Amino acid sequence: MQHALEGSQALARAVSLCRPQVIAAYPITPQTHIVENLSRLVADGELDCELVSVESEFSAASVVLGAVAGGSRAYTASSSQGILLMAEVLFNIAGLRIPLVMTCANRALSGPLSIWNDQQDSMAVRDAGWVQLYCTSNQEAVDTTIQAYRIAELCELPVMVCVDGFTLTHTLEVIDLPESEQVDRMLPEFRFERALDPLNPISIGTLVSPDYFTEIRYSHHSALLEALPVIEQAAQEWQAISGREQPALLRCSGPEQARIGILTLGSVAGTLEAALELYTDEPATRLIALRSFRPFPSAALQVACEGLTDLVVLERAVCPGSGGILGSEVRAAFSEVADAPRVHNFSVGLGGRDVPLDIYPRLHAALRNGDGLPYAILDLEPERLPASA
Amino acid sequence: MRQRDNKTSILGNYSDMIEIRIHGRGGQGNVVAAYLLATAAFEVGRHVQAFPNFGAERRGAPVTAFVRIADRPIRRRCQVQHPAWLIVQDENLLHLPDITTGLLDGGAILVNSTRADAELSQELGCPVVALPATRLALDVLGRPVPNTALLSAFLALTGLLPQDALISALGARFRGEILERNRALIEQAAARVPAGAWQEPEHAARA
Repeated sequence: MQHALEGSQALARAVSLCRPQVIAAYPITPQTHIVENLSRLVADGELDCELVSVESEFSAASVVLGAVAGGSRAYTASSSQGILLMAEVLFNIAGLRIPLVMTCANRALSGPLSIWNDQQDSMAVRDAGWVQLYCTSNQEAVDTTIQAYRIAELCELPVMVCVDGFTLTHTLEVIDLPESEQVDRMLPEFRFERALDPLNPISIGTLVSPDYFTEIRYSHHSALLEALPVIEQAAQEWQAISGREQPALLRCSGPEQARIGILTLGSVAGTLEAALELYTDEPATRLIALRSFRPFPSAALQVACEGLTDLVVLERAVCPGSGGILGSEVRAAFSEVADAPRVHNFSVGLGGRDVPLDIYPRLHAALRNGDGLPYAILDLEPERLPASA
Repeated sequence: MRQRDNKTSILGNYSDMIEIRIHGRGGQGNVVAAYLLATAAFEVGRHVQAFPNFGAERRGAPVTAFVRIADRPIRRRCQVQHPAWLIVQDENLLHLPDITTGLLDGGAILVNSTRADAELSQELGCPVVALPATRLALDVLGRPVPNTALLSAFLALTGLLPQDALISALGARFRGEILERNRALIEQAAARVPAGAWQEPEHAARA
């Protein structure tokens, strides 16, 4: 049924429909409204769930790690510094192959302090071994959260659903919330084979000698690669149940004959789609919204870029001293491909800088200039740089 | 799709999507006003989007929120740069140097003020309608919250949505006596402004 809902409120309702048994989270802007809404659902008796109040994100992540290890479906959410404080536990959750779902309400990292949106926080934990799915709209965030539990529980991997802070979490829009019966069809009762059981005690997370550590890392890497078809399968299943078209590893739009492509992560895809309709004088352009960043869908990306001469990778994060993060990975994916497009890499919208519609003609102008090779910040305002820079 | 330059004409913008900017101070219910207006439009089947100009809101600090209303899904997520209308919840904010930035030609301002429309219009160089929204709210609700009265006056001026849609949106937040008082406030506020004064020609009002 359609509702006009704030993104965070819709996400809380979606999480609630997934019937988590344990939720632990520590409030941080811009994730706060998600947790507030979940607390209200529990307090109102609409969600039967153990809501654990914790004193930090480290504890929040630890509680849900333990909850899933004990056989419960669990949920947490955080942002920015909260993700960093969780980082140690996030690596443990993935390494122990704990099927958990969390929302990252994407926000810049300190310092300097910024509460606003970019994607530096989830990028900082890209190597933690989690599945990372990025959402372009609140509808996608709702649908992806439900699929995330399916993927997590089938693959025994944690899934981070990345939702742009404020731009999505604080935006009220029309959202089709599924019926609980539909979600129940997607998510059968959670049964964790390796659940801790006092009657059949096992140890997890123990010291592993060099004799086996490499093989454990390899099996974790393989599990993430094997999650690629599961992500596609979950999208198909949810499409059949919800009746809404679901992107899987990535979503492609724009004219077939385009020779220029723009690849993005997250909600900026919507602004580019609108710009594509507005600025019809620009060369035909294919838009690629990457949904699965981990696992990295190299093969699907190569197919999506067929026929392109130039690919712009537009990202809301930066690796100081190197350049783009997503851009480097895209270049690596094309390193062995004949007739690969030339990859231009730009950061944009760091620390909440608005990404306006005219970013699209500015991108085309930058392309004509041969910019972004290897990397540039597209919306840098040189007159605002300190005099020494 | 034809190219549109939404800077030059209110109609160009109007025919497809309406964009509104709301100015207020932290604590005045600025984001709530944006959410209410969008929810009211949703109630009559429109596509909507409402969001704050994300800040670390503090009570009393100037804050901004945006509303988009359209007949098809809204994909863009950038801030509103060229609003057709401004709703200003505190008349002192009219002195901000960038208050009218981006306002479309033919656009207008609704402000919470006890001053005269003509005087304000001359000062700002565009049509301004003033509504003593805080006073009305104090009289009817007993609280100095100007947003509902302003939204009601805005709907009366533009004819954009029926007042019932606003009442439905309020119904999701309030019940009982508070909802009844808001209903009374809506009637009084709507009666204070010239109905349809900002109504656009038929083809435009469709949006």
